[in-house]
Amino acid sequence: MTVAEVVFYLLALLSVIAAVGVVTVPNVVHAALFLILSLLGVAGFYILLSSEFLALVQVLIYGGAVATIILFGLMLTGGRDLPAVGPGAQWPLALLVSGALVVLLLTAVLNTTWPRDAGEMTLISINTLGSVLFREWLLPFELASLVLLVALIGAVVISSQEERES
Amino acid sequence: MISLEHVLVVGALLFSIGLFIALSRRNAVGVLMGIELMLNSVNLNLIGFARFVEAPRPIDGQVFAVFVITVAAAEAAVALALAVAVYRLRQTIDVDRLNLLKW
Amino acid sequence: MQALFENYLAVLLAAGTGCILVITAIIGAKLLAPYSPNREKATPYECGMLPIGRVRTQIHVRYYVYAILFLIFDVEAVFLFPWAVSLVQAGEVALYSMIVFILILGFGLGYAWKKGALEWK
Repeated sequence: MTVAEVVFYLLALLSVIAAVGVVTVPNVVHAALFLILSLLGVAGFYILLSSEFLALVQVLIYGGAVATIILFGLMLTGGRDLPAVGPGAQWPLALLVSGALVVLLLTAVLNTTWPRDAGEMTLISINTLGSVLFREWLLPFELASLVLLVALIGAVVISSQEERES
Repeated sequence: MISLEHVLVVGALLFSIGLFIALSRRNAVGVLMGIELMLNSVNLNLIGFARFVEAPRPIDGQVFAVFVITVAAAEAAVALALAVAVYRLRQTIDVDRLNLLKW
Repeated sequence: MQALFENYLAVLLAAGTGCILVITAIIGAKLLAPYSPNREKATPYECGMLPIGRVRTQIHVRYYVYAILFLIFDVEAVFLFPWAVSLVQAGEVALYSMIVFILILGFGLGYAWKKGALEWK
């Protein structure tokens, strides 16, 4: 068992247990904190899979901005005051569907012969990623700015609509 | 040595847990958390394939993941704004009680 | 793979030390601090009167608009890092495309500003 495997299993344990915690914890604010823990575990996977930049992005956006915005959303919608935030009436059906999905995915993954390791891969530096992004992916990059613009305007208009009327 | 199977198994587990959260939570923000978890497991799969499968341009998987994260951030902003607007209108974001469209 | 671990050994050590520090602080506080709660002490202070109804913290929706702006410009910063590093290699096209990108997002900021979403009334 190499060091990489030990780290991998620890990270897998961390992120899967934190994800189970999101399901089982009744308080939705605690669920949000467990979600952040799980997402940071995924950032560890990115480092292990030699993509440093993605780990940086994950910590910056999920650990910082999305966590902030989810906690703000919970505070604004009275997350603590909801009497029952646990599973709704359809949880047995949901369990059936997601259980069937996990069985299907695991049998598919374990019964396929995947290509072996593509050799020792060095860390992909931000430099090479940037030059590929701005050469081959220029149009999707500009489209991403339009998506962000629409999201920004939509979110601002939707969340401050009521206030103007009153 | 870690192989592609390891990464895919973790991705499948995280995706299914995320699906269960999205389907079973009563709080609308909780549903959003499940969706974020599902998008993350998709990213994990993309990075795993980019790392282990030999391709002419191995960086493409990472660029894909960056775009997925961008779209996920935009989606979170709009979805939470909708939750806030619904809460101000109906004083609840319990998705079992937001059933105006049901027949 | 070996170089990777040498690079991130410091990160792992820092994370481990931080966790141990926080856990010992919490356990130490639990063991050492005197703890004797009662009902009177737990009520919120309202000038000596008994509080009526549940405690509610009102948070203005303005904070949420700022959080959205933070999120969007955080994503922009994510695209700025590889751009800044690879600008010399990628050449002029990258420069102009990033200018267009920032202008499009700046239009969104200007719209929010014009709409009065950034003002505290």
